Amino acid sequence: MSLEDAPSDRTRTLSGQAHEPDLALHVEDLTVSYDSKPVLWDIDLDIPPGVLAAIVGPNGAGKSTLIKTVLGLIKPAAGHIYVHGKPYKEQRARVGYVPQRSSVDWDFPTTAVDVVTMGLYGRLGWLRRPGRKEHTLAMNALKQVGMETFANRQISQLSGGQQQRVFLARALVQDADVYFMDEPMVGVDATTERAIINLLKALRTRGKTVIVVHHDLQTVSSYFDYMILLNVRLIAQGKVSDVYTPENLRTAYGGQFALLEKAHDAGVN
Amino acid sequence: MSDILMIFTDFTLRNVALGAALLGISSGILGCYALLRQQSLLGDALSHAALPGVCLGFLVAGSREFLPILLGALITGSVAAFIIQYLTRRSRLKTDAAIGSTLSVFFALGIVLLTYIGNQNNAGQAGLESFLFGQAASIVPSDVMVMLVVTLLSIAFIAALWKELKVTTFDPEFAGSLGYPILTLELLMTSMIALAIVIGLQMVGVVLMAAMVIAPAAAARQWVLKLEGMVVLAAVFGALSGVVGAVLSSSYRGLATGPMIVICASVIVILSLLFAPNRGLLWAWVEQRKNHRLLQGQQVLVDLYKLSVRHDDPAYPSELGMMNLYYGLNAKRTLTRLEQQGFVEPVSHMREEGQHWRLTDTGLNEAQAVLSSLGNHNE
Repeated sequence: MSLEDAPSDRTRTLSGQAHEPDLALHVEDLTVSYDSKPVLWDIDLDIPPGVLAAIVGPNGAGKSTLIKTVLGLIKPAAGHIYVHGKPYKEQRARVGYVPQRSSVDWDFPTTAVDVVTMGLYGRLGWLRRPGRKEHTLAMNALKQVGMETFANRQISQLSGGQQQRVFLARALVQDADVYFMDEPMVGVDATTERAIINLLKALRTRGKTVIVVHHDLQTVSSYFDYMILLNVRLIAQGKVSDVYTPENLRTAYGGQFALLEKAHDAGVN
Repeated sequence: MSDILMIFTDFTLRNVALGAALLGISSGILGCYALLRQQSLLGDALSHAALPGVCLGFLVAGSREFLPILLGALITGSVAAFIIQYLTRRSRLKTDAAIGSTLSVFFALGIVLLTYIGNQNNAGQAGLESFLFGQAASIVPSDVMVMLVVTLLSIAFIAALWKELKVTTFDPEFAGSLGYPILTLELLMTSMIALAIVIGLQMVGVVLMAAMVIAPAAAARQWVLKLEGMVVLAAVFGALSGVVGAVLSSSYRGLATGPMIVICASVIVILSLLFAPNRGLLWAWVEQRKNHRLLQGQQVLVDLYKLSVRHDDPAYPSELGMMNLYYGLNAKRTLTRLEQQGFVEPVSHMREEGQHWRLTDTGLNEAQAVLSSLGNHNE
């Protein structure tokens, strides 16, 4: 057994019975560090199912790191993570993921529908190829984001907003219960942003949990109903109406104080 | 005597052509992934770092045998790849600096070992320098067999793990969230690329082998929509440049094989960069010219319209000389193009005062359409 596996040892002993099965996401004592510098410090999180949750905080607060750690892409220094009561490894089929759009090279030679089909790779398992059934599912997902006419377009020829919709369609096709999305509204036009938020709200209506890293304080109240305020440590979590207060925002954002007051006024009104 | 020579030539040629084709296929296929992972330079480092391994393999075996040399090259190449990874992750060196410095150190070490062996007066050392630029004539059937095995292995590797390798290359984070072992897949891919490079050293040489990994893939990328097409086309380009280059170099004495093959591959790259549809430079130039003409036409049209509005005469004739002055000397050509589209017509009865042009009815509509699409702020 290698050192890498050590943190999950304790989860394995617990995984026999479900741990907090009533929560979509349950995080205990999570600490993540790059080298010696902590990026996330002792985070405890509870996100109930069926909410549209925003992860908010200043640059370098560890928002993306939190998502990536939950998805097993980054090994935590300490802590436990449960998705619907079980470790992520056992729940992969119930989780969908939208990485930051800028994290991939959009000049990769492939088409929109092909990217969406990648959302089904997990279900297909090793060595099996996607077939007609997978193609139909991918086309349906593209239709849901209004991109069916672009199915066979090379992805480098799509606009930023269209690329983001393709990424969303790939998550939709995963048919998950919990979705993690990393800044899906960065660099998209107003129309796409509206389309995306409507889609996220539709997912919530269907009982899905959607957890979104969000950068725009002004839209938090109108878009989301649950909020996690983060700056390396957890500042606050809960309903947006409870968390979105000047005190909390001041604690999270510190120096950018005046700007925030303005943002707050704009957001509340 | 000449008959014997002929047979000898044909035998060599057959070996060389087959070996070069196999080499082109394996490096072409794997090169696609190196290119798409933005690891083209890693290929360069791997091949340069193979030189000390070639020498060490020779020193250990005591003669120029393929297998020890191949093993030596694989070992020093892998050590270099590991050092590059470590430097990039742990030091403040960026990838290019880490690759550049590692590559130079290993290559210098290789050259030192090469000159050391050269001064040993060992009968078996003959032609070890050919590993610098490659020597087609030194390829024997057993070498071709090794190349065949590696090529089949590359094809099997890509075919079996097609979707896994595709998604980890395009979006490693998403692939990781699906539970794919990203590091293992990456390691496998790097090992395969190293293997493809090492089997090419004898033919192409350490200095230029990286081009065999990069060039066919870069050329293929220009022409295709999907990864399937890119991989197949890169294999074809690789095989083509391998065969043509190797045959050329073995038909004339004194032409180094490696450079010859790389020149062939480069010609394919240049043609692809220039002429590929959508991505080619020529295509971009034509598109730009089309846009330029369209804008010129619209501008002349709109100005004719504004003049006619100002004179309260929809068919107001404007003088060509004035427009030439205003636009430079392009007005006549632009007006002729507009005439072909039916937007303007020359006014015949005023010819003695210099040529005049006026808007047609469709031209009037078109000018109004252009203006309204621009938002028409200044009218």
